[in-house]
Amino acid sequence: MIRLEKRPQPSRLWTVVTPLIAVVLTMVVGGIMFALLGKPPLEAIRTIFWDPLFHPQFAGYSRPQLLVKAGPLILIAIGLSIGFKAGIWNIGAEGQYIMGAVTGAAVGLAFYPSESVLLFPLMVVAGALGGWAWAMIPAVLKTRFGTNEILVSLMLVYVAENILASASASWLRSPEGMGFPGSRNFKQWPAVHNDELIANTGLHWGVVAALIAVIAAYVLMARHIQGYNIRLTGEAPRAARFSGVSPARIVFLCLGISGALAGAAGLFEVTGPAGQITIDFNSGYGFTAIIVAFLGRLNPVGILLAGLLMALTYIGGELAQLMLGLPGASIQLFQGMLLFFLLATDVFTNYRIRFAKGELA
Amino acid sequence: MKRRTLLASAAMGLALAAAPAFAQDKPKIAFVYVGPVNDGGWSQHHHEAAVKMKEHFGDAIEMVEQESVPEGADAERVLTQMALSGADLIFTTSFGYMDPTINVAAKFPDVKFEHATGYKTAENVSAYSARFYEGRAITGYLAGAMTKSNKIGYIGSFPIPEVIRGINSSFLHAKKANPDVEMSVVWLSTWFDPAKEADATQALLDQGVDVVLAHTDSTAPLSVLEKAGGFGFGQAGDMYDYAPQPRLSSIIDEWAPYYIDRVQAIIDGTWTSQNVWQGIGDGMVGIGEITGPVPEDVKSTVLKMKDDIAAGTYHPFTGPINKQDGSAWLADGEVAEDGVLAGMDFYVEGLTAEIPN
Repeated sequence: MIRLEKRPQPSRLWTVVTPLIAVVLTMVVGGIMFALLGKPPLEAIRTIFWDPLFHPQFAGYSRPQLLVKAGPLILIAIGLSIGFKAGIWNIGAEGQYIMGAVTGAAVGLAFYPSESVLLFPLMVVAGALGGWAWAMIPAVLKTRFGTNEILVSLMLVYVAENILASASASWLRSPEGMGFPGSRNFKQWPAVHNDELIANTGLHWGVVAALIAVIAAYVLMARHIQGYNIRLTGEAPRAARFSGVSPARIVFLCLGISGALAGAAGLFEVTGPAGQITIDFNSGYGFTAIIVAFLGRLNPVGILLAGLLMALTYIGGELAQLMLGLPGASIQLFQGMLLFFLLATDVFTNYRIRFAKGELA
Repeated sequence: MKRRTLLASAAMGLALAAAPAFAQDKPKIAFVYVGPVNDGGWSQHHHEAAVKMKEHFGDAIEMVEQESVPEGADAERVLTQMALSGADLIFTTSFGYMDPTINVAAKFPDVKFEHATGYKTAENVSAYSARFYEGRAITGYLAGAMTKSNKIGYIGSFPIPEVIRGINSSFLHAKKANPDVEMSVVWLSTWFDPAKEADATQALLDQGVDVVLAHTDSTAPLSVLEKAGGFGFGQAGDMYDYAPQPRLSSIIDEWAPYYIDRVQAIIDGTWTSQNVWQGIGDGMVGIGEITGPVPEDVKSTVLKMKDDIAAGTYHPFTGPINKQDGSAWLADGEVAEDGVLAGMDFYVEGLTAEIPN
């Protein structure tokens, strides 16, 4: 008989080891899958994990791209992790990301073609406010009427998608676009283009903001009284209430932070790598960030690493499609396996296996 | 020492394994798709055309494909990686790839690009689109001729010129067949979502519509019409499985001849940038066989219309045509200019709804 026995306290060793085991298991099972698809498994794994970093032909380009892809994921995931710690489930970061981009872009375009150096900071603020305001809707509804923030924030993603479609097809449409949807391209507007700060590093303001967010979140959660309140609310809501923590305030704080960070991420993306507001501007960062937050165990440093790992599987996955002709769905399956094995092995952090004889009744 | 040799041979092994992918004389042709290659619609048709192209050239070329690439920053990265991997010609098969294509093309002047359905070109970037509105004239006429309730429906994706052109062309020709016809338009904000498309079809039927035209890619409208009665058309593909009821005909995307043509130009070294807009005459827009209970006279009318469009003797936007607000657009016998059609953002007279924004 095999049974699981709860550990008196979470194992420190397993907390560190499980992500590594999960990666190895993903490589083994993923390799089997690639072999079944008739592709060389070792080469496929190497293409996904090694080539983006060290391939002589691609690495010079794809290494900086890791930061570009990981930046928004980390920024959004940091915000989400704070709420998740408090048991506040903001599933709608994708919507807040869209609204941040739309609001920030709208503010910027209102001043087109200004060359003021103040414009870009203003747009960043507007972007963060846009995301914040969108997150305030589930916050108000939750504190006022007790609605479920999971449902409300998720539903608002679809509302935001429609606002995005209307923005790109009409009120933010480029006057020079011959009636086609899509705003002006910020890459052709140097004053607000969120370009690489140092050439060929991928480092743009959004990546800088993500790194600052990692440090700030670490300080908040480890050193600040609000961080303590947030953790307490998540772990022991009743105790938190007795010690004078207002649940409503925590809801506003957590949804506000995650909304503002997601909104800022959207603004950095639209003025940087994406370049313009288009109908399909959002590409799922807000949802992927949920995975990143859990992959990083809601820990700021963990999220930083998880974001980079996730970005690696994306870019490596693209290379594998290109170089080996792997189907796109197999790459998604591969990414799914990573999350699956991580959650599966996570059990051993809190439980241990006991091999007992069949004598227990 | 031993360890070092091992490392060295491993490095050599890597280099050898990687080498064939780069040291090519064969032209390498790449395709980027916005959806999965089995989406049943837009991306699948580009993919199938790419496969036909590959079959045509066989081992003379190498082909790589990448599916489900989001538009925007991701597309730019994928295109850069393709260019770095030695692609000679890259087809970017969705409108949203336009700016990424232009940006990447500027960095790789020796790589050629072909962007579908956009309007920006460069020294090494061509644009290609299809005059689907020519096909819409045919299906619109059939819809007008076959409706019993004098109400036809149109499922639109996004209010962009491409779609508005299709609506106008369908309506004008439905009106030619049946002056009393009315058309309702439903906007879905998606190109492919079977559930939404099915709901929209049902909603149109509930309003008394009995012929539905769709500018979305799935077969969902046809399968609803099959059960509920009424008629529809194949979109992007022939969708012949739904003949003779509800499918009356279809508009088919035929990219293969163009792809073969452009790859041949790369092989011959004669590729130059161009901006083409091809229709029925060039074979880029195909009209599926007319099936169902279409009367002989209607059939011969639309087949003649198809031949005239192909021959260039009839243009679906020929005056007199007024805009929706009643102001004159085209005088009697005047033909719409391509520039106006490319940016079309207004309805023609007789359509009652407004273009959403």
